[in-house]
Parts: sequence; C-alpha cells; structure tokens
Amino acid sequence: MSHSTGHQTAMPLPLLELRDLAITFSTSNGDVPAVRNAHLTVMPGETVAIVGESGSGKSTTALAAIGLLPANGRVSNGSIIFDGEDITHASEKRIVELRGSSIGMVPQDPMSNLNPVWKIGFQVRETLKANGLPSGPQDVAKVLAEAGLPDAASRANQYPHEFSGGMRQRALIAIGLSCRPRLLIADEPTSALDVTVQRQILDHLDTMTEELGTAVLLITHDLGLAAERAHKVIVMYKGQVVEAGPALELLTNPRHPYTQKLVASAPSIASRRIESAKKAGVRTQDLLAPSVTATAALDRVIEVEDLTKVFKIRGSWGTSTDFTAVDKVSFSIARGTTTAVVGESGSGKSTVAKMVLGLEGATSGSIRFDGVDITTLGRKEMFDFRRRVQPIFQDPYGSLDPMYNIYRTIEEPLRVHGVGTAKTREKKVRELLDQVALPSAMMQRFPNELSGGQRQRVAIARALALDPEVVICDEAVSALDVLVQAQILNLLADLQSELGLSYLFITHDLAVVRQIADHVAVMEKGKLVEQGTTDEVFDNPTTAYTQALLAAIPGAALELPPEVA
Amino acid sequence: MVWYIVRRFLQLIPVFLGATLLVYFLVFSLPGDATAAICGERGCTPAVVAGLREQYNLDQPFWIQYLLYLKGVLTFDLGTNFSGRPIATIIAEVFPTTAKLAIMALVIEAVFGIVFGLIAGLRKGKIFDSSVLVLSLIVIAVPIFVLGFLMQFLIGVKLQWTNPTVSGDATFTELLLPAVVLGLVSFAYVLRLTRTSIIENVNADYVRTATAKGLSRRRVVVVHVLRNSLIPVVTFLGADLGALMGGAIVTEGIFNVNGVGNTLYRAVLNGDGPMVVSIVTFLILIFCLANLLVDLLYAWLDPRIRYA
Repeated sequence: MSHSTGHQTAMPLPLLELRDLAITFSTSNGDVPAVRNAHLTVMPGETVAIVGESGSGKSTTALAAIGLLPANGRVSNGSIIFDGEDITHASEKRIVELRGSSIGMVPQDPMSNLNPVWKIGFQVRETLKANGLPSGPQDVAKVLAEAGLPDAASRANQYPHEFSGGMRQRALIAIGLSCRPRLLIADEPTSALDVTVQRQILDHLDTMTEELGTAVLLITHDLGLAAERAHKVIVMYKGQVVEAGPALELLTNPRHPYTQKLVASAPSIASRRIESAKKAGVRTQDLLAPSVTATAALDRVIEVEDLTKVFKIRGSWGTSTDFTAVDKVSFSIARGTTTAVVGESGSGKSTVAKMVLGLEGATSGSIRFDGVDITTLGRKEMFDFRRRVQPIFQDPYGSLDPMYNIYRTIEEPLRVHGVGTAKTREKKVRELLDQVALPSAMMQRFPNELSGGQRQRVAIARALALDPEVVICDEAVSALDVLVQAQILNLLADLQSELGLSYLFITHDLAVVRQIADHVAVMEKGKLVEQGTTDEVFDNPTTAYTQALLAAIPGAALELPPEVA
Repeated sequence: MVWYIVRRFLQLIPVFLGATLLVYFLVFSLPGDATAAICGERGCTPAVVAGLREQYNLDQPFWIQYLLYLKGVLTFDLGTNFSGRPIATIIAEVFPTTAKLAIMALVIEAVFGIVFGLIAGLRKGKIFDSSVLVLSLIVIAVPIFVLGFLMQFLIGVKLQWTNPTVSGDATFTELLLPAVVLGLVSFAYVLRLTRTSIIENVNADYVRTATAKGLSRRRVVVVHVLRNSLIPVVTFLGADLGALMGGAIVTEGIFNVNGVGNTLYRAVLNGDGPMVVSIVTFLILIFCLANLLVDLLYAWLDPRIRYA
C-alpha cells in the first residue's frame, strides 16, 4: 500500500485518476481504438458515474483500472493512477494484490457472474482468503448479512441457482465489498433486475459505501439513475469523454449534442418530464405520440376474462403441486390503443402474453378476439387467427434465425400463409422495410451483421408482414439502449397511427409504459392488482405495490428544475 | 435421489430382456448346424448329435430355448459353452484382464487428455495448441489396427522396450503398450473436448469476477475454469469406460490379450451360441451401469442437475 500525504492537506489526492487513457483492441482487421483520451478522477469516498450506450467504451475504461481488459485489449496511451501509484503497467502480482482488497468490483449480470458449481459461501470465503482476511463460516455469514441477504448463515450453503436475481446481486455486492476496498467499480450493477429490486439494491449499496467511505465508479446507460446516485457524471460516446460535470448541472444544461439527446430520451427522465408538465397544466397527449380519443375505446379487439393458468410442478416421489401463474385475470384492449401489462419477473405477465398469442393453453377463462373465444379454436381457425395477432419478442439477438437472411425472415410468414406470388411478396418486403426505416439493400444481410436496434426493426417488419390487427410486444424494447429504445418506441407509435394497430405491451419498465401506453394493468404474483388509464394509474396509484413500482423508477427522487421539465 | 437410482435399476430389466432376446434370436438365426461346430471336421455319430441337441435344448423351438436360457440366468446358471466349460467361470477368468486394461487406458486418456487440453485451451491459437490439434486429428484419422501394429512393431519388436504380446499373467508392464494404443483415440477426443470446453469457460463472466476478487491466476484456472470445463469431459469418459470394459476386440487381438474381446471373437467364430449371448448380455449390463455412474457423477459435478 502506498500512502499519500495528500489527506493531510485541504485538497486530498484523487483515489483514482485516468489521464489521457487510450485503449486499443487488436483484431484480425488490425488495431481498433476503443477508448481515446479518457480523463477521469475519483476522489476518496466519491461516487462518479460513467454514462453511455453499449459500445461507448464505458465498461472498458472502468475494467482497465483493475487490469481486466479482454486478452486482445491493451492500454496504448496515458496512465492509470491509483492512490498516487502509477499502475498502468504494474506487474501481474501487484494487480492481483490490489484486486479485491483495494479495488472491488460488482459486475453487471448476477445470473452469469457467480460460478454455478460452487456454493455461495465458498465463493465469498475464497475472496476473504485470497486477500488475507479471516474466512471462517461466521465471517462469511457476516459479509453476506451486511449486503442485506436474509438468513445469511444457511444461505451460504446454497448454490447460485437456488438464489433469485436480487439475492445473487446481493451476494456479488457482498463479495465486492468483503475486503473493504477503497474503490468499488459497479458495472451496471442492477440493469438485469426488476425496478423495485433495483431500487433496494442501489439504496443498500449507497448506504454501505457511505458507511465504509468507499468511492464508487458507477457504470450505467441510464442518465436518470446516474444523476440520482452520483456526485459527478461523465458521459462517454464512441470511446471518448464528451462531457463531465456535477450530475444536476449536466441534466439541466447539457452542452454536447449527444448529452442533449440522452437527456431528451432517457425514459426515466421523460417520465419525470410528463409528470412535471402535468403539474404545469399540460395534457399528456400533447407531449406524447398521437393517442386515440376516448370514443374509439368502445370497440374492444381483445377481451380477456378470468384467465387462469395452472402449472404442475414436479416434486419428489412422483408427486406434483399446482402453481397458479395467472390467476383470474381480466382486461381488454380497445382497437387502435396500447394496453400495457406491467409487473416484475414471475408476476405472470409473459404467460398472459403467450396465452393471448395462443402459444400456451389456458387452464380456464376466455380470451375473445373480435368476439370469438380463441381458447376453443380448432387447428384451422387457429392458423387464421395467428395471421391477425403477431408477436415481437424481447431479445432481437435470439428471436431472429441466424441462418435466414433478412428477406427470408420477413417473407417467411407470407409464404407460410400462402400470401401472393414470389413477386408481390418481394414488393411487400420492400414496403415493410421502408415502413420500419431500413434500406431495402439490407434484404441480403444476415442478423449477425445488424445492430440490436436494426434487428428489432426487422422483428417489427416481420410481425407486420401479415397485416395483423394486434401486435403483442413482450419486453420489446428492454434489451435496447436508451436512444435506440426511444427510436423504436417512436416507430411503434407511428405505425400505430398509420395502420390502426392495437398493442399489448408486456414490460417491467414503468418509464416505458408512461411513454407509450393508453391503459395499464399491473400484475403481482399472477393476480391483476390494478388497472386503469395510464394517467390514472400514474397519478393515483391505489395499491401499495403500484406505488412501490412507481417509486422505483430511477430518477424518481430527482427534483428537476422547470426548464428541463 | 434414492428414488432415481431405484428407477434406473428398474429400467435395466427391460433393457436386459430386450438385449438378450435380440442377441439370442440373432444367434439362433445363424446358418448352419450348431452341433457341427462342436463335432469338428470328423463329425459325430447321430446318437451323439441327438444327445448334444438335447443337452443344449437345440431340439426345442426358439421361444422354449430362450425361456430356458432366461431361467438359467435368473438362477445364476449361465450354463456351459460348447466345450463343456461353465460360462460363468470363463467370464470370471477373462474379465479381470479386460477390466485392468480398460482402467489403465482410461487413466492414460484422462490424465493426458485433460492436461494437454487445458494447456491448449489456455494458449488458444499458439504453437502448442495448433500442434496438438493436428496430432490429435492424425490419431483420430488413422484406424486403430494400424496404430496398434505400428506401435507393436516399433516399441515391442524394434526397440524391445516391452514384450510385443501379453502373456497369460497379463502383468502391468505387459499391458502398458496395449493400454496406450487403446487409450490413444479416446485421448484425442478427450483433448479436443477439454480444449473446447476450456475456451468456452475461460471467457465466462464468473471467471472475470473471480479474477476481480483478487484470486491468483492459478486458483482461477483450477477452481473456476477447470472444474466447470470437466463436466462434458466426465460424461465422455464414463461412456468410454463402458465401451472399454466391453473389451477391445482389435487391440486385444493384436496384443494377444486373453480378455473379454478376444473370447467373444472366438465364440462368434465357433458359432458358440450360449457363450455369445452370455458375454453380450454381461457387457450390456456393464455398459448400463457405467452410464448410471456417469449420470450420478454429473449431478455431483454440476449441482444444478437434480434427479427426481
């Protein structure tokens, strides 16, 4: 440990300083610069957030600080100074010494960051041991309990797959902070979690780091979250720091065009903006994409009544218990409007979507599409029904066949349903690509050559190929970056007004709901706990659960000055 | 878990019945008179032939023959072969040699395959990796009888490091060369499987997290990369153990090992029906047990897998 004398003076030395940092990846096509001229300082005990979209170099910059660049990455210029010591080209031995004990890390995805074959306790214990701390069972339990894991002593004997996402993230936070590092790198620590869990975890992380005096380098794509949690925000774009400064100042007075765009489209901030504007007496409709008037709402295209789904869970000795995933859910979708079903993972919202699509049979209840109950349809009628209701799924990486080019992907539903001739089908595909604002030259490309946003546009084009009346979007934008998310939401809104589509929007992200939905139905543990128009639900949430969900939107605690709002 | 094991043992019953029925039927349908094989070229008197037919139930229809055989198996009496020796005694005599050879081959392929695969995987694209990949491809491509004769000639005959063939005692040193030949092909597969698996795991998020925790490189590799990578390898090794226990007809033939493979080969040549059916049934049971062992090992290695 090197000791600086700086703490005695009024201006302490920075804990971490990146000077002119450049990071290069060597690929088969030569060197690719990933980060250029990155400047950054973190003072002891301070929280600094790096904000940017995926590929902006924000994670790479942070990982470079603890020597965790991928094998083909290297620091090509500049220096990394930790606590007065230049560690840019420190030996492997020195870096291993620093890791854990001086610089901790909380990674992004709790599902993939714990080794599935070792018990949680083991993974905590080896951290303590490697950094020379006492590592008895009571020490392990203490560390886990600090991170807010209930019943830590017995939980330590469980495997990661027996933990929920939130509990896993708590275990990872416990590991990251177990050796009392002076700096914690938190790489999107909650983006894979439900909003309410996200809030709890971030609050806990805040409290812990404050108590321990740990500095935090928070990496996130959500500007609202960054502004709420950090003292200082650094915006990265295409490998460069484009703007840096105190959080609120950056929100109220963004100078770089990219930051301005980020501020304009961050869902959490947009949602706040609507709320602030409403206080000022502006109607939501004026701020949002065109929305239908109340009179059209009488024509109900989908009516769901007492929909129930019971799964049998296999137990030992051939027994099985019933698990009610969806419990007597009733709602309806008016033609040409958007209804959002909101809930956390495990609330049953995706099961509802699958049943409405006819992909999963209902245990009881009815789903009427244009007055016809689809739960009783035969094979032939079901086939025709599928033409009229189309899905868009969450993961544009997984939902497009990698062996099909874009033309074949979009044309397939037309061919399956025997629509038109080869010639008219090609014309239709061109039209569809045009509608989703993709060049028709893209037809011959394959999904792996496209970005996430482009893929999701292809998925939308494919869904629209059969001129459906209803489109079911199952978390259709949650895998996308904020800016792309905003573009896709706008596209969906445009298509709705153009084609008169009705949307069933399944999501966990209330900020997105506020931007696109006319009606909201909130689900909790299989039951529908609240529903109403978006304004009603957002302004006067009646159940505690909805209130908790609303409070958990990142940035909810921000007091935005009127000029931003 | 207990219930799962019991169920797996119960599943052995239909497998056993089906396998014996099939093999019995195949042997029954072989052309030629079975007694001719016993009597040899000089032939027997009709009275002796009739006696033999009655002794081995050859005068009965297929179903009766099969049921009589089953009855024998269930009372632990595998009967005698055409030379009049109890089949159970013969199996007890030759199986230990085969088991010894199989375990030696398995240890060789596992140790060398995993070590080489680990190094190759960690140094992906480097010279070591490329050379072992090419070598393993050659080993896979060359038929085992070529490899066997080649090594027998080079090491046993030219260099005279070991005996070119195995005596009746089948000592450890004598079995070493055939075990290497037997293990070579599987060694190449184990190496490639380990390598692929290591490459997949070394970039896993939890490996990066383990590094960030401050663990040494060595510990990260052994505890977090290797153990996770061994799961598919163990599956392969277990299945291979079953196959090796069944005797390697070619290898045992080349090195004159008095094992199960060689015995089965001679029984097939002699048209010795009872012997063939008994050995094959025995091998099927061994194979099923090896598979059960793999499944249990699998659950032990990967706690996410639970049997109910």
